[in-house]
Amino acid sequence: MTIDFSKFPDKNGHFGPYGGIFAPETLMAALEQLDQEYESVKNDPDFLSGLADDLRDYVGRPTPLYYAERWSKELGGAKIYLKREDLNHTGAHKVNNTIGQALLAKRLGKTRIIAETGAGQHGVASATVAARLGLECVVYMGADDVVRQAPNVARMRMLGATVVPVESGSRTLKDALNEAMRDWVTNVDNTFYIIGTVAGPHPYPGMVRDFQVVIGEEARAQILEKEGKLPDALIACVGGGSNAIGLFHKFLADESVDIYGVEPAGHGLETGEHAAPLCKGTPGVLHGNRTYLMQDENGQILGTHSISAGLDYPGVGPEHAWLKDIGRVNYVAINDEEALQGFRDLTRFEGIIPALESSHALAYATKLAPTMTSEQTIIVNLSGRGDKDMNTIAQIEGIEF
Amino acid sequence: MSRLQKTLANLKASGKTALIPYITAGDPTPNATLDLMHLLVEKGADVIELGVPFSDPMADGPVIQKAVERALEHNVSLDDVLEFVRVFREKDEKTPIVLMGYLNPVEAMGYEAFANAASSVGVDAVLTVDMPPEESVGYKEALESKGLDRVFLVSPTTPNSRLTAVNEKGSGFVYYVSLKGVTGSKELDIEDVANQVTRLKSTLKHPIGIGFGIRDGHTAFEMAKLGDAVIVGSSLVSLIEANEAKGLYDIHLAIGEKMTEFRGALDRADAKKGQE
Ligand SMILES: Cc1ncc(COP(=O)(O)O)c(C=O)c1O
Repeated sequence: MTIDFSKFPDKNGHFGPYGGIFAPETLMAALEQLDQEYESVKNDPDFLSGLADDLRDYVGRPTPLYYAERWSKELGGAKIYLKREDLNHTGAHKVNNTIGQALLAKRLGKTRIIAETGAGQHGVASATVAARLGLECVVYMGADDVVRQAPNVARMRMLGATVVPVESGSRTLKDALNEAMRDWVTNVDNTFYIIGTVAGPHPYPGMVRDFQVVIGEEARAQILEKEGKLPDALIACVGGGSNAIGLFHKFLADESVDIYGVEPAGHGLETGEHAAPLCKGTPGVLHGNRTYLMQDENGQILGTHSISAGLDYPGVGPEHAWLKDIGRVNYVAINDEEALQGFRDLTRFEGIIPALESSHALAYATKLAPTMTSEQTIIVNLSGRGDKDMNTIAQIEGIEF
Repeated sequence: MSRLQKTLANLKASGKTALIPYITAGDPTPNATLDLMHLLVEKGADVIELGVPFSDPMADGPVIQKAVERALEHNVSLDDVLEFVRVFREKDEKTPIVLMGYLNPVEAMGYEAFANAASSVGVDAVLTVDMPPEESVGYKEALESKGLDRVFLVSPTTPNSRLTAVNEKGSGFVYYVSLKGVTGSKELDIEDVANQVTRLKSTLKHPIGIGFGIRDGHTAFEMAKLGDAVIVGSSLVSLIEANEAKGLYDIHLAIGEKMTEFRGALDRADAKKGQE
């Protein structure tokens, strides 16, 4: 393959036909300003070393690459390595991005940050950096998600953030994004919008990716050190796609590495009750970019379902849309039941309680690993820990709190 | 010149400000839309802005969000909206219609198919909130080739450097969003709008319509002094919500009364301009 993946997006934010800036006019100047600011710092040694210091001393990077030996042997097949993003401060990969964007917010002189959140991990990570920098923080969260991710709501409030439950539409992540956009249009002068995934209008998809590629950079060096060779496969779950692109990006040029992005199949792809736009959607425009969407024939966005709030979104980052079309990444789907089994397996075989989002990636590994040899390796991005999902799991398993 | 351009030019020539009311197609029910459109014209609308319902109206405040939800309960689609326009044209050949909405329903239909269908039923112009001129490659050409005007938004945050693209890609009029916020917001700063419109007039070659936050005759009067057109949306749509339970007759009374207030305010402003 001769594509230079580092050259994307182009300067207008396009990944092939996807991405771009489909935003209300009021935001265009702010997006342009952000783009310029980000362009000016992204190769600036001072900015990058400040970021690296924060990632090391505050977030706790590098995160380990852990060989899940017992689980691998149980499955029989490839050796499975877990990239332990669950061990980051605040418990998921999301903080890699909020640290970076918060530094930009400071540089732009913004005093208030807003964020949307599904699982609450991005909300927590935003509230955390806001507390550290002394910025006001408002987090929009679908009303249904406020209930199913209650522990994270409490954490955000403890950190001093205002959590606004969004009652409109499907009361999940997409509606939180709509509401955050409305806030931003209204308060654009003093407010920085920290988008939590590789979606939204340019420059967000490329910028958030750049803040997340540290995952794959570390993982690449770590696997080379441990195994002396590249992995045979990578697996990550895909909501908006930030943990996935973070792991994948530095491996895209390595043709020998098979890459799998796992979408949530919810009750099953055939039921229509899922959140798998790459597997079952069609291209369209939503939330500032052109990408694959779950939509009806009239272009109305469909309601989604996933057991995991962080994956319960009808769109996906535009770079994934493009990687799908050019065939570099395989997008597959795992349903609620399978994800729960992945959750149970990792918990019981390795003593690691994963987030329900990450459990989708784990469940795919249980399918893939047995088809491979014991000389081969897989890296699964363990994007977050499962503390936030205690309520959901306890209810399903009949465990009393 | 297109029907919209001619209408605005004629009004300007006779010293009049255009009144452009907005309603969401299919709100509160699909049956109500045609009568409401004719009512708007009867009560002094010069142009109608017809909202195309979209599931994720991210630039709209609660009033229009709810209107869209009411319409979507009846699954009102872009095809349905075009059908409303077709039937409207059986009785009214004169009043220009601007479709206002979001890009995705248009994308789903395809730019060319949409442009063909829209022009054949008698749509005059299209405004898609989340389509800035930069991204309008293909879209602009498709609409232009069918004689459809492209209305773009300009806001208080729009730098002068962006106005060239609006001049080039846009036509009909430019919609000046009078405040930072979503539709239906409250705080419109008259002085700020005056300064901004002065700035814009020196660069923009298209007529300027002012909208967002115009909720009463007083504000409409002040805006009519500044722009070529005044656009009113949420203040009308909120009357649909308020009178929904009472029925269509009451909705018509309330909307008619509000339109009379706006029309009167514009006429007074125009008379005053005429004296100066
Ligand atoms: C632990 C975890 N993994 C994955 C995701 C999905 O987001 P993304 O696809 O951007 O990585 C979330 C989102 O909330 C999350 O909390």
